[in-house]
Amino acid sequence: MVQIEGLGRIIDEHPFFRGIDGKFRSLLVGCAANERLDAGQYLFRQGGHADKFYLVRAGSLQLEVHAPGRTIVVDTVDEGEIVGWSWLVEPYRWTFDARAVTLLRLVSFDAKCLRGKMEADAELGYEVLRRFVPVIGQRLAATRLRLIDIYGPGE
Amino acid sequence: MTVLPANPMSPRPFRILKVVRELSDTFTLLLQPETGGAFSFRPGQFNMLYVFGAGEVPISISGEPAEDRQLVHTIRSVGPVTQALGRLKAGDVVGVRGPFGTPWPVEDAFGDDLAIIAGGVGLAPLRPAIYQALANRPRFGKLIIMYGARTPQDILFRKELEKWRSRFDVNVHVTVDHATGQWAGRVGVVTKVVAKAGFDPLHTTALVCGPEVMMRYAVEALEERGVAASKVHVSMERNMKCGVGLCGHCQWGPHFVCRDGPVFRFSDVAALFPVREL
Repeated sequence: MVQIEGLGRIIDEHPFFRGIDGKFRSLLVGCAANERLDAGQYLFRQGGHADKFYLVRAGSLQLEVHAPGRTIVVDTVDEGEIVGWSWLVEPYRWTFDARAVTLLRLVSFDAKCLRGKMEADAELGYEVLRRFVPVIGQRLAATRLRLIDIYGPGE
Repeated sequence: MTVLPANPMSPRPFRILKVVRELSDTFTLLLQPETGGAFSFRPGQFNMLYVFGAGEVPISISGEPAEDRQLVHTIRSVGPVTQALGRLKAGDVVGVRGPFGTPWPVEDAFGDDLAIIAGGVGLAPLRPAIYQALANRPRFGKLIIMYGARTPQDILFRKELEKWRSRFDVNVHVTVDHATGQWAGRVGVVTKVVAKAGFDPLHTTALVCGPEVMMRYAVEALEERGVAASKVHVSMERNMKCGVGLCGHCQWGPHFVCRDGPVFRFSDVAALFPVREL
């Protein structure tokens, strides 16, 4: 019980779920767990089953792609952000590697559990999706900016 | 209104004391007046640098404003004149006209948090403002430097950024657009850093310099955080020629960038920013 109360408070305080209605928070807590990861460890690997998504409570991680002979860092995700939306869309496979740069403290959500609750409760589904869409939009905009290569030759 | 030099159209000879290779395409010239005397400027101002036989280009001053015996310019080789500047060696002489243009309003920001946002070689025109801010550190709230570069190899003034970061009273955030696994720092656009930096938006003055696209998005991120457009200042780049608002080459709407800028209060130019034809 104490742990569940603690998770509810953490979810409340995380920017991603800030201001969420208590009834939705209770449903989310039922699918949530605390996790930690040491620096250098992988949270997930490209192609793996996307069975969770994460709130980053502390620390930072890198999203990476492996190419022959090198690793390309695609993005950095920090405290207060989320990791992963592959759990939302079939075939539920991670599209990047996620590696902890520092010690990570996270709240994970079991994807099957959460998808089930979102399908059963359309209001919860809408609430979660309307919080995901701006994050996806911001990351798409950031990706487009980087594609422009604004610091490149001819700046 | 800026104070113009005694004879703004006549280049003054300066001898190159030292050339510092900063990045593969960027270098710094340390210059001293041939005829002796001092050279004073305000952070954000620029000079017209004249390479004999090649031409003249506007370059922001990147050195310490309190140092009036040595002039410092950091230059990226992108055109014939800057490439000619890049071929010069210690002992060579260049012509200098200036300083021209409006300064960063560092003193007007006393009492505020100071957010300095730079992209690429845009850190060079902001470095004098950073020196001035550090010299007056107790007069500001938070001092936050946010810097974006293309890759870790393109980080300008890396040692100084590390030195500023090691201070307890300055927050330095560096991010790069592209990196490999060797880089343990942040990857992502500088606007994301703006969204998360811990300044008080109601009491923040922001100084922004970098590619125009980057500045547009940085200003947007500042406005989303609640920083008023009147407290955001941007440094513009146009085709400056005379440096004194006579020739009209750098006209930007109703402004001449060389005379009314390069540093503008964003609220004064917000309507011009999205106009493609300007």
